[in-house]
Amino acid sequence: MYAAIGAGLAVIGAGLGIGQIGGKAVEGIARQPEASGDIRANMILTAALVEGAALVCMVLSFFVAAPK
Amino acid sequence: MNFVRTYSLVLILSGLCTFALAQTEHGDHHHPQGADHPHPTEQAQAGEHPATDAQNAEHPEGACGHSISIEPEFNAGDNAVHHISDANVIHIVGDMYVNLPVILKSAHGWKVGTTGMFHVHHHGNGELANDGYVLVHGSVMRILDEKFQHGEFKVEDYTHQEIEEGGKTKMVYNAIIDGQCLRLESKTTYDGGILGGGVTGFSDFSITRNVFTMLLTFVILFFLFRSVATAATRTKGQAPKGLQNFIEPFYTFIRDEVAKPNIGPKYEKYMPYLLSAFFFILGLNLIGQIPFFPGGANVTGNISITIVLALITFLISTFSANKHFWEHTLWMPGVPAVLKIFILTPIEILGVFLKPFTLLLRLFANITAGHIVILSFVSLIFILGKAGESVGGSAAGAAASIPLTLFMMTLELLVAFLQAFIFTMLSATYIGTAIEEPHHDHH
Repeated sequence: MYAAIGAGLAVIGAGLGIGQIGGKAVEGIARQPEASGDIRANMILTAALVEGAALVCMVLSFFVAAPK
Repeated sequence: MNFVRTYSLVLILSGLCTFALAQTEHGDHHHPQGADHPHPTEQAQAGEHPATDAQNAEHPEGACGHSISIEPEFNAGDNAVHHISDANVIHIVGDMYVNLPVILKSAHGWKVGTTGMFHVHHHGNGELANDGYVLVHGSVMRILDEKFQHGEFKVEDYTHQEIEEGGKTKMVYNAIIDGQCLRLESKTTYDGGILGGGVTGFSDFSITRNVFTMLLTFVILFFLFRSVATAATRTKGQAPKGLQNFIEPFYTFIRDEVAKPNIGPKYEKYMPYLLSAFFFILGLNLIGQIPFFPGGANVTGNISITIVLALITFLISTFSANKHFWEHTLWMPGVPAVLKIFILTPIEILGVFLKPFTLLLRLFANITAGHIVILSFVSLIFILGKAGESVGGSAAGAAASIPLTLFMMTLELLVAFLQAFIFTMLSATYIGTAIEEPHHDHH
């Protein structure tokens, strides 16, 4: 059960992070539509990095919960 | 086109590496200690007093543990893990299985054949033991008892039980032949016990479900790219037609959006790898999305495959790294020595290994998570239908599950492309940082 709580906590962090990235990217595109291509590529890259950290936590909690 | 030749070479190489490593998925995974049997271990071990165990009173339980043909309460987690695991057979529908080649090695020598020799029936369990090998839940296992190492035996039933060994609770499988309870062992895995595996008495080099899907992807990609490349050379300078129109945008996308901006002027050398990685991952992701034969194998959601892919990126970026990269990793100029020794250099060295590590985890976890969510939605039918008892519940479950599953599969289609792109993009970034030339200014 603690593993599940840990996974949930990790997701909160990643959710906040990716939300920020998405929000700021949309703001950026609204301000400068001509830069949308660059912004989108960087957005996906950064989101992937944030997600990577969250997934490490999730996999760790999966290992804790997995049978030995 | 020259890149096709290099491309197929890289594909075959990565295939061979993956083939060797793909065997780390193992049988123990199929049954994480579910919450469905929360009895103390001594009782399961002693077993002579099954009646005292109120919860399992309805299950026949000898010294051999629970029969696996009697389904315990439906457990969505176990079910999902079972379906995303690798197996030695491909399940089509009901009791129909596709037999795959098995190549097994134990102290008694090599054993080559197909899973047909086990007479697969319900739930991927084999009816026969052949030269000491049996098939349990679609995975090959081996009987430890020396008396059963040669010839065919009829297996009456398979059981599983929890035992205490070396201070750890382990789930073991047994086969019942002639009323005797025979302990089984899983195939050798090289995970050092992290996932419950370890070195055992036999190794499995079989063409499993995942290996089969990879070979299928190789063949599809090879013929696809050969035809596109021939068309491209033949109609050089003309507008592309047919399949070319489908593949060329991907090619130019990887070249112009991924390789050029991230790697720089020397990008051409790395194009074969980036394209191989992209199309290989994309192909496997998409085949994994098909819910029926020949798809359905969770290949990119198997950590062995992503380990090999990330290892290739790691090797390429490490071996093509220039002096500039190592200088900035090991002895960053312009920073006090104390800071370098205690903080910067250790972190940078850690970073060198963390980069491929996150690369492999990202792909593995994304695809696995997607498959588990889909399987959980499908499990709704069985949870609400109380495993087939309540038809109304099943109908309600299906009504909820079908739109949810469709939604998830659409999302997964996006993720399939996104993860292939991100893997390629990050590989290009890592290679790019490794070969970046110094900007000639004073540090």
